[in-house]
Amino acid sequence: MAAGAYDGYWKTNLKYLVVLLSIWLGVSAGLSILFADWLDQFRLGGFKLGFWFAQQGSILVFVVLIFVYVRLMNRLDRRHDVDDREAR
Amino acid sequence: MTVQAWTFVMVGLSFALYIGVAIWSKARSTSDFYVAGNQVPAVVNGMATAADWMSAASFISMAGVISFLGRDGSVYLMGWTGGYVLLALLLAPYLRKFGKFTVPDFVGDRYDSQVARVVAVICALFVSFTYVAGQMRGVGIVFSRFLDIDVGYGVLVGMGIVFFYAVLGGMKGITYTQVAQYCVLIFAYLVPAIFVSLLMTDTLVPQLGFGSTLSDGSGGYLLDRLDQLSRELGFAAYTSGQKGTLDVLFITLALMVGTAGLPHVIVRFYTVNRVSAARSSAGWALVFIALLYTTAPAVAAFARTNLLETVSDARYEDVPQWFKKWEATGLIEFLDHNRDGIIQYTGPESETLNELTIDRDIMVLANPEIARLPPWVAGLVAAGGLAAASRRPPGCCW
Repeated sequence: MAAGAYDGYWKTNLKYLVVLLSIWLGVSAGLSILFADWLDQFRLGGFKLGFWFAQQGSILVFVVLIFVYVRLMNRLDRRHDVDDREAR
Repeated sequence: MTVQAWTFVMVGLSFALYIGVAIWSKARSTSDFYVAGNQVPAVVNGMATAADWMSAASFISMAGVISFLGRDGSVYLMGWTGGYVLLALLLAPYLRKFGKFTVPDFVGDRYDSQVARVVAVICALFVSFTYVAGQMRGVGIVFSRFLDIDVGYGVLVGMGIVFFYAVLGGMKGITYTQVAQYCVLIFAYLVPAIFVSLLMTDTLVPQLGFGSTLSDGSGGYLLDRLDQLSRELGFAAYTSGQKGTLDVLFITLALMVGTAGLPHVIVRFYTVNRVSAARSSAGWALVFIALLYTTAPAVAAFARTNLLETVSDARYEDVPQWFKKWEATGLIEFLDHNRDGIIQYTGPESETLNELTIDRDIMVLANPEIARLPPWVAGLVAAGGLAAASRRPPGCCW
């Protein structure tokens, strides 16, 4: 692969990481901790919303984040032809 | 049959399963551990990683800790699962690409330095000793309860069993043994949780159950009832935090970063043969981990409500059998300060002197009995606790 193409691959990779990790930080540090007290005024059934994010919602978001990352990276690998499917 | 008899049956059955799976997978593959792992599909590898990841701390202790800390216990839930996201996005694919099998090797090669390699080895040793200490106490608690012995002796018995288990774990095809362990562990965790959820809130799914209304006809939400009970006894409300926001933030972040570096988990990503498979097995692992981690806070809230309703202001003569059994292990202590024969279990805000000390680590194991579930459920939980605690020692990963 040419050096220029690799730069593009790496740049897109970093972009994905920044976006996904911002969501990661936003949900855990943001919704579940820093703004949790404010969110507690809303309710989700018997849960106060901030409490729900801290004990349930954040974990569910984490699972989704990893699968989104897997999909994005697999697509990126194919596009840049660095798919290692045939490596062995 | 008694709880004790059921425990022997369940533990015996689960061990027979692991040995059977170990023999079966050994017959299937004569190639060595890493190569055998190379043929493992991402979902299966994810399940094995989840079993590796969830130790005695997750199975036995976490729900208990949350039960006593209430909202502040969230730091462990978010810290341990959130750290996993860091691991999956920032570490696992690159370690796999680099082609090194251990973290010290990776660090040594990446920085081209023997000093860095030695530092990494020392860090790994510290991590593993701390980790094993926690595991051992977990196993000790299981045995202390079911053999009616002091928790110290429980640790010794547990060490013997784990040693035996480690020898088994040295067998090839460990991935499938771990899959069996995960199945036992999650079954043992979910069954009592579903039972209790049905009993207390008529809801099948515990994750929804602890946010539902109580089935006792009062129509109130379970968490509201728990907040009210806690406050009446002088504890802080369950759903509001005690720690400062910054404390919680930094503890969570520290747990996340620490989790991302667990050496025995990182090593699992070498057992798949492609970077893309390393990525997706990390995703599957978190699915299987999340199944337990979202159930834990439900178990915590149910157990806390049940505990407060059962022991508070109960007459000591009338306490259920589990209470006396745990007292014998030294993990529950009752001191009748005012000699009225009644258990005053109160929090720091109360004017009444607290007379009861309960070790947080017993909550998951005691939960089926506190909720008066059939004795086989308690036996099942003990087998699950052992599945979580007895495993290949992390030391042999590097």
